[in-house]
Amino acid sequence: MTDETVSFHPAYLRGEAALAQPAPITTSGPVAWVRTRLRSGWLSGILSLLFILLLVWVIPDLFRFFFLDAVWSAPDGSACRAPGTGACWAFIERKIDFFRYGSYPSEAHWRVDLVLIIGAVLAARLLWPAGRKGMAGLLAFLLGVPLLMFLLIPGPAAVMREPATELTIFAIGVGLAALLEATALSTGLVSLLFFAVYPIFVVTLLHGSVTLGLSIIDTNLWGGIFVSLLVATIGIVVSLPAGVLLALGRRSRLPFVRLFSVVFIEFVRGVPLITVLFMANTMLPLFVPEQLTPDRLLRPLIGVAVFASAYMAEEIRGGLQAISKGQYEGAMALGLGYGKMMRLVVLPQALTLVIPGIVNIFIGLFKDTTLVAIVGVFDFLRTVDTARVDPAWSGPTISATGYAFAALFYFVFCFGMSRYSLMMERRLSAGRRH
Amino acid sequence: MKRFVATLVATAALGALAFPALAQSGSKTLEQVKQKGFLTCGTNTGLAGFGLPDDKGNWTGLDVDLCRGVAAAIFGDPSKVKFIPLSAKDRFTALQSGEIDVLSRNGTWTQSREAELGLLWAGVNYYDGQGFMVRKKLNIASALELSGASICVQQGTTTELNMADFFRTNSMKYEGVAFADINEAVKAYDSGRCDAYTTDASGLYASRLKLVNPDEHVVLPEIISKEPLGPAVRQGDDQWFNLVRWTHFAMINAEELGVTKANVDEQLKSTNPEVKRFLGVEGDFGKGLGLSKAWAYQIVKAVGNYGEVFDRNVGANSSLKIKRGLNNLWSKGGIQYAPPVR
Repeated sequence: MTDETVSFHPAYLRGEAALAQPAPITTSGPVAWVRTRLRSGWLSGILSLLFILLLVWVIPDLFRFFFLDAVWSAPDGSACRAPGTGACWAFIERKIDFFRYGSYPSEAHWRVDLVLIIGAVLAARLLWPAGRKGMAGLLAFLLGVPLLMFLLIPGPAAVMREPATELTIFAIGVGLAALLEATALSTGLVSLLFFAVYPIFVVTLLHGSVTLGLSIIDTNLWGGIFVSLLVATIGIVVSLPAGVLLALGRRSRLPFVRLFSVVFIEFVRGVPLITVLFMANTMLPLFVPEQLTPDRLLRPLIGVAVFASAYMAEEIRGGLQAISKGQYEGAMALGLGYGKMMRLVVLPQALTLVIPGIVNIFIGLFKDTTLVAIVGVFDFLRTVDTARVDPAWSGPTISATGYAFAALFYFVFCFGMSRYSLMMERRLSAGRRH
Repeated sequence: MKRFVATLVATAALGALAFPALAQSGSKTLEQVKQKGFLTCGTNTGLAGFGLPDDKGNWTGLDVDLCRGVAAAIFGDPSKVKFIPLSAKDRFTALQSGEIDVLSRNGTWTQSREAELGLLWAGVNYYDGQGFMVRKKLNIASALELSGASICVQQGTTTELNMADFFRTNSMKYEGVAFADINEAVKAYDSGRCDAYTTDASGLYASRLKLVNPDEHVVLPEIISKEPLGPAVRQGDDQWFNLVRWTHFAMINAEELGVTKANVDEQLKSTNPEVKRFLGVEGDFGKGLGLSKAWAYQIVKAVGNYGEVFDRNVGANSSLKIKRGLNNLWSKGGIQYAPPVR
């Protein structure tokens, strides 16, 4: 029997065993890494060499400019004007309050700090995926964000100036985080806190309230980092749900809903953000009664949210289209209505698919917040730009220092978002890995 | 077709709703300001010496102090101003739409802006004009000696045209080196690419601070163009126009009369009839402006006289160190002149 099988062996099957290969060269360790990655061929060897040369050429100069020759503290710009000096970090240190708060009165800075800390705590609780075992990570995040915001960026001097308030606010943040953890609130409750209670808290505290004895601080005084964060947060928080609704609306069978969604998306996507901002700034006041004239800060907020929603809608629609018809039919066969079908079956899959795209929009949005400066809002980049003009500090290296600082700030936030999304992607797609 | 008509009607209705808001251009600005409790003032988003937030975010500058002066005249309190930083693009719209009460944003007073935009300039609080900056070691004392020089300039501005005109009228040769960005032009001049750098004189002083060795450079005395900068208001409210104009005049008159922020209380006892009238000790000259009779006293008490404001923001006591020049009083060789209070 066996012999017969051998004799009827098809020609495309190998009859004899393959020859043994020599043992592979080590593929781990630094030597192997250099061999396989840097000079696996003559072309890659030359490229490696060129890139190393580029680094050798660029890095020492940058290092000298930003660290060795830098002026770390000085009472005014004269020390930074001396020939041969590098970055003027003293300028950043001096202007840091302006960068952080704009023209917000200094005696009320604690309000901004409190709003940021509480926002960070709630957001961290929402964003951190695992409830109980995330405790350590959560605390690390909570300690990390405020430390970054209040210690590293402003330099230790700013904290030393008002140690009591800064520490109190920091303690409130940690206390709140501990409380959230201890009471083990469900995510639903935390999002209710974040989306419903927190905004009211933010507006009351930042803008002030006569009945509570908080002086009114008009939005024309708001500025700096906290306004950038505010614009970005509003854009992100509004655009995701609005984008989902618009994407569903565009696929809806109701003609008016679909028409509205299509017109909205195509119109907003068809014009540049600058145009949307100008329109929000100059047209919005014309279309509402005199008494309701929207605040100058509110107008770009609306503009940014509208703009981001349109892009978000198209991104999510892409996700919706990737879901096979079977999923819809299966959901319907189970007797789910439209709302439940979308909420329980379709959207969770669609949104997971488009996480990279959504985060891409968020990152773009975060950087686009700098455009609100053209309608007169003092966002972070605008404060840097304005501080640069100050005759007491102006000098040859001031602009470079200011913009390097701004670049660092935006990089930290955008890179953070990008890493976070990668982590979420890995977690959410865990079930579909083969 | 029916749907189209319906849309048209809806649009028209929206437009009708919208336009009353547009047409409202406040014929009683002073009353509105008093009712609001503060003045709304359009400023530059950041120009050294004219309108710039300091380390604490407080607005400072020559243009800013004019607004503070108006607020002081109305409320006796220079802090009752809301500053709205405006870009060059939407500064006039903001004034026309009634969003701001006065535009004090180093705007150049020109014929077309008054005639076509429906605005009025209340005065000139800074006579600017295009000038040249050169290295001291060139030993040049006048722009007329610049023949054959290479000059750094910002591209596509009136500055470039003015320079061409100036050299042609004086039949001199020059080599223009144009840059799209003003900072690039300054850098090129600093690195020795050009012999001279040209822009508006106030800008020259600000740019000089960005140079590696500001003391090695000098601004030449010639001014080759007219750039009268001042506060603007909407047309159609003469009372408000008068108020802003006389705030500026009050500051000039105060300097002429020797009334300063420091001695204004002492001056109340002055025997000089002009000072008495000015400070409201005698007669009531604020009434016609809709103000109290101590209006000028309040202005000087809050921001000082024109000379003090100038020195503090752009002149000798600031880091810009701009010379008074044309902005000196008419009695001291300049052209700042104010009609008397009587």
